[in-house]
Amino acid sequence: MATDDVKLIGSWASVFVMRARIALHLKSISYEFLQETFGSKSELLLKSNPVHKKMPVLIHADKPVCESNIIVQYIDEAWTSSGPSILPSHPYDRAIARFWAAYIDDQWFISLRSILTAQGEEEKNAAIAQVEERTEILEKAFIDCSKGKPFFNGDHIGYLDIALGSFLGWWRVVELDANHKFLDETKAPSLAKWAERFCDDPAVKPIMPEITKLAEFARKLFPKPQA
Amino acid sequence: MAEEVVLLDFWASMFGMRTRIALEEKRVTYDYRAEDLWNKSSLLLEMNPVHKKIPVLIHNGKPVCESLIQIEYIDETWPDKNSLLPSDPYKRAHAKFWADFIDKKVNVTARRIWAAKGEEQEAAKEFIEILKTLESELGDKKYFGDETFGYVDIALIGFYSWFGVYEKFGNISIESECSKLIAWAKRCLDRESVAKTLPESEKVATFVSDCRKKLGLE
Repeated sequence: MATDDVKLIGSWASVFVMRARIALHLKSISYEFLQETFGSKSELLLKSNPVHKKMPVLIHADKPVCESNIIVQYIDEAWTSSGPSILPSHPYDRAIARFWAAYIDDQWFISLRSILTAQGEEEKNAAIAQVEERTEILEKAFIDCSKGKPFFNGDHIGYLDIALGSFLGWWRVVELDANHKFLDETKAPSLAKWAERFCDDPAVKPIMPEITKLAEFARKLFPKPQA
Repeated sequence: MAEEVVLLDFWASMFGMRTRIALEEKRVTYDYRAEDLWNKSSLLLEMNPVHKKIPVLIHNGKPVCESLIQIEYIDETWPDKNSLLPSDPYKRAHAKFWADFIDKKVNVTARRIWAAKGEEQEAAKEFIEILKTLESELGDKKYFGDETFGYVDIALIGFYSWFGVYEKFGNISIESECSKLIAWAKRCLDRESVAKTLPESEKVATFVSDCRKKLGLE
């Protein structure tokens, strides 16, 4: 059994799968990318993640690791000598990074998603307002965490950059769908610049999906009701 | 600089219990400050402006929020005694998965048993299923961490003090449905950190009764 046998169950369009892929790229880990077919779940996925039945699942030497943020931390710990550290080294900075990653998943993402699932203009506008408010909070978090450096993690991308940055493709799709810009130089200037830097990072660029392809996929996933 | 550790908490919170147990396991001296959840202190609002919730751990003036994050922080900051998380990366990921499962599923469902009118039976049924999944993960191990009491045990044990409430309003018997889990809970209660922290079931029951009155459910 090859100890470096690494598989990742996922999909090109999934934000959560992207987190795992970016982490693997940062650590220069070769892996087999097993893409799920849209609309069905493979036997391997169901066997590897029987509790949630969701992607991503990282399978390392036949042992499954589930939940994107847990996978990213696992990659950082299992391959400590490869590539840069993904989590900050100081326990307090790690706690702050984890706090914001949890906020992104539990609060910010939920409101972003609500824009796509909103029924009617009123619900959509309420969701947009909530994303605006939560993005402002993240703008301040960026300023606090980065301390003048280019990324949340400092000089190079790390856990929190990956947690939020993986959403950038979908975020752009939502902006186009809602005809509303969130990552804008006046409202979120630091995040807007950070977003460009993140997408340009060599560990991210090859993985970030094309916006048009993603928008097409979004229309399949969130069909608009017939007028 | 002398170490200053403050915990803003509420006695009945199963989340605050996690942090207290972790601090006790590490023999960390701390200043416990009880919050009135209906009249939150300016310190709480200042230290956790995003969620305005307890528990908040303040270490040398710097706040750490969210109970599971606090356990990890405590483990990393005071590494000498009683490791709370395993050192092996795979075992750590496994522990985090189950703690995350507890956070996603247990409280959300449990709360519906006593705090939402008309949902008690359905929520109670779902709650038992969740406990059975956890019981299956526990298997025949002494603790979730195998021989060592740790992260997942700490994440779950606080809920045990609320079991009486769920049984009463959900009309269920957790002992008869999940006897292995009850046995696990009793083993945890043998630990000083847990025995010192968990409140009496009767006290929780009175508190819930008051909450229900405030929510207009009684």
